[in-house]
Amino acid sequence: MNLIDILGKGTKILGAAAAATFFMSPAFAASGPIKIGAVLSVTGPASFLGDPQKKTIEMLTEQINAKGGINGQKIELVIYDDGGDANAARTFANRLIDQDKVVAMVGGSTTGTTMSMLPVFEDAEIPFMSMAGALQVVQPTKKWVFKTPQTDTMACEKIFSDLKARKLTSIALISGTDGFARSMRDQCVAVAPKYDIKVVNEESFGPRDSDMTPQLTNVRGKSDVQAVVVPGIGQAPAILVRNYKQMNLTLPLYVSHGVASKEFIKLAEGGAEGARLPAPALLLGDKLAADDPQRAPVMEYTGNYEKRTGQPVSAFGAFMHDGFLMVTNAIERAKSSAPAKIRDQVEATKRFVGVNGIYTMTPTDHMGLDLTGFRIVEIRNGDWVPVPETK
Amino acid sequence: MTTDLVQYVLSGITVGAVYALVALGFTLIYNASHVANFAQGDFAMIGAMTAVFVSASGVPMVAAILVGTAAAAATGYLLYQFAIDRARGSPVLGLIVLTIGAGIFIKGVAQLVFDKRFHSLPPWFGDHPINILGATILPQSIVVLCGGAIVVTGLALFTSRTLLGKGMLAASQNTLAAYLVGMNVRVIVALAFVISAAIGGLAGILAAPVTLASYDAGTLLSLKGFAAAMLGGMGSPAGAILGGLLLGLVEAFGGGLISSAYKDSFAFLVILVVLFVRPQGLLGEQSRDRV
Repeated sequence: MNLIDILGKGTKILGAAAAATFFMSPAFAASGPIKIGAVLSVTGPASFLGDPQKKTIEMLTEQINAKGGINGQKIELVIYDDGGDANAARTFANRLIDQDKVVAMVGGSTTGTTMSMLPVFEDAEIPFMSMAGALQVVQPTKKWVFKTPQTDTMACEKIFSDLKARKLTSIALISGTDGFARSMRDQCVAVAPKYDIKVVNEESFGPRDSDMTPQLTNVRGKSDVQAVVVPGIGQAPAILVRNYKQMNLTLPLYVSHGVASKEFIKLAEGGAEGARLPAPALLLGDKLAADDPQRAPVMEYTGNYEKRTGQPVSAFGAFMHDGFLMVTNAIERAKSSAPAKIRDQVEATKRFVGVNGIYTMTPTDHMGLDLTGFRIVEIRNGDWVPVPETK
Repeated sequence: MTTDLVQYVLSGITVGAVYALVALGFTLIYNASHVANFAQGDFAMIGAMTAVFVSASGVPMVAAILVGTAAAAATGYLLYQFAIDRARGSPVLGLIVLTIGAGIFIKGVAQLVFDKRFHSLPPWFGDHPINILGATILPQSIVVLCGGAIVVTGLALFTSRTLLGKGMLAASQNTLAAYLVGMNVRVIVALAFVISAAIGGLAGILAAPVTLASYDAGTLLSLKGFAAAMLGGMGSPAGAILGGLLLGLVEAFGGGLISSAYKDSFAFLVILVVLFVRPQGLLGEQSRDRV
C-alpha cells in the first residue's frame, strides 16, 4: 500500500465517520435516505460476479430514486469492494453496521465472503440478502439471511432430468478443482441416484489448465459413458469444450450454469456447439415465450442494463437484481425502514417474479426458488436455444 | 492405447512449449543478473493482452503481434530501469522479492488498463485439428512450438555470433571483469530484461489462441516457468526448453495415466526428485566455489 492509497483510505474513513455522526442526529434520521449496504467482489478473482452486481445495484437505485424513492425516501447505497477476500468482507460488514448504520445488506458475491459476513449481520439483526451459490448460506435457515441464486443441486437436478428425458443413464463427470466446481460436483454425485444416473468416470481439471485432452482421452476410452457433465466455471470449461471439438467427441455434453454467458460461447470458439446447460430465464431474453411470466422483467432489465453499461447481462447481475428488488419491495410494504420490519416483509415475499427465478419465501425457505427458474438450453450457432421441457 | 499415449504427448508439448518459453526468459535474466524474475509470466500476460486489444481495434494480426511484443519489452525495460537498477547492490534475494512485487503491480495496472475478462485471439491457421495417429493437436500449438524453436535458434545465434550477444555472456560470467574491460554492464543487463520480456510477450501472444489470456494469467505462468527453468537447470537455455517440455509431458501423462486430480502434484514431485539427484537441474552447470 503506498502513501497516496493510505491517505485516500484515511480521508474516506473520516468522511464516513463524519457522515455517520451527521445522520445519527435524530432530526435527520426521520427524513434521511434509506441506507442500504453492499459488500461485493468488484475486483479480484470473483470480479466477474461482483462487477455486474455493482452495476446492477447502482442502476436500480438510480431508477428508484428517479421515481422519488421508496415511500418518499431516497435510497443511499454504501458499496464496498472486498476483492474476493473473505477477511476484507467481514471488516466491511462491520463497517456497514457500526459506521454506515445500514438498514439492510444486499451483497456477498461469493459463498466465501457471505459465510464470513453472515455472523456479523445475524448479531446486528440486519437483514442480509446474499448472492452466494451454496446452500449452506440458508440451510439451516438463519433468521436474518436470505439468498437469491439457485443452488448447485438444482443445476444438477435440471441436467439430470434432461438426461433422463434423453434416456441417458451413465455419465462421466469432469470437474474443476475450484470451490464452485467442487461443490457442484459433490451435489451432482449426491443427487444422481434420485434420477437413476450412474457416474461411471470422474476426471478433474485445474482452473488455469490450458489443455484437457488427457482427461478427455480417458473419457473416450470408457465405453459405457453416455454423456459428459462438466461442473466448472471460468475459462477452463471453455478450453475443455474446445478440446472436446478438437478430439471430435460426439457424446452429449453438459456444462454448468456457472458458464451461462455469451463470453463462454465466444471463448469456446465453436467448441460449445451442441452443448447443453441449465441457464436462468434471463439469458433467454426474447426467446422466452410470450406468455412466460418472467419475460417482462427479463426484457426490462436486459434493455436497461445493456443500454447503461454497453455490456451483455449476466446471471450474476440478475442475482443482485432480484435480491435488491425483493428488499426494496419489502421496505415499501413494511412502510418502514426498521431492519426487523424489512426482514419480516422479505420473508413474506410471495411469487416475486424476478429475472433469475420466481421467489416465494417462507420461514423455512430463505431462497424460495424451485426448478422453474432454470431452463435447459442448447448452444446452437453461437446462441442459446431453449430445449422444450419433457415431463 | 497408442492413440491415447500420442494424445498425452501432444497435450504435453502443447502445454510445455509455453512453459519452455517462459523458462527461457527466466534463464536470460538469471544469466545477466542472477535474479530469478518472478514478473516473467506477467510479461507474457502483457504481450497477450496488448495483442488482444490492439487486434480487436482492427489492426492486422502481424502488427498486433509486434505491438504486443514491444509492449512486453517496454515493460521489461521499465522494470529494470525503475526497480532493479535502483536497487542494484541489494542482495539477490531482495531483488527477487522486488520482481514478485513488480509482478503484482503489473497485474494491478493491467486490470485497470485492460479489463478483468478472459480473452482469446483467433488462431493464425484456423482451428482444424491435425490428426496424428488418431490423436489430435491444434495448428496453433504447432505455431507455439515453431515460435519457440525460432526464438531459441535466434537467441543462440545472437549470443554466439554478435558482439553484443557475446558481451551479454561475458557480463554474466564475470561482471567485474566485464566492467574492467570497459563494457557497460548496466546497458547489457537492461538489454537482457528487454529481450527476456520480449520473448515472454511473444510466448504469451503465440499461446493466447490456445490458453486464453486474462490480466491475472501471469502468476501461474511465472511459477510454472520457474519450475521448468529449475528442472532444466537455471541458466541453461537448452535446459529451459527441455524443462518446460518435460514439465508439460509429466502433467499430461500424470493426469492421463494416473489421476487428473493430482496432475500438478506429479509435476512438482518430479521436480523434487530431479533436484535431489541433480541439484543443478538436468542441464545446469555445477556451481563451483573458488577458494
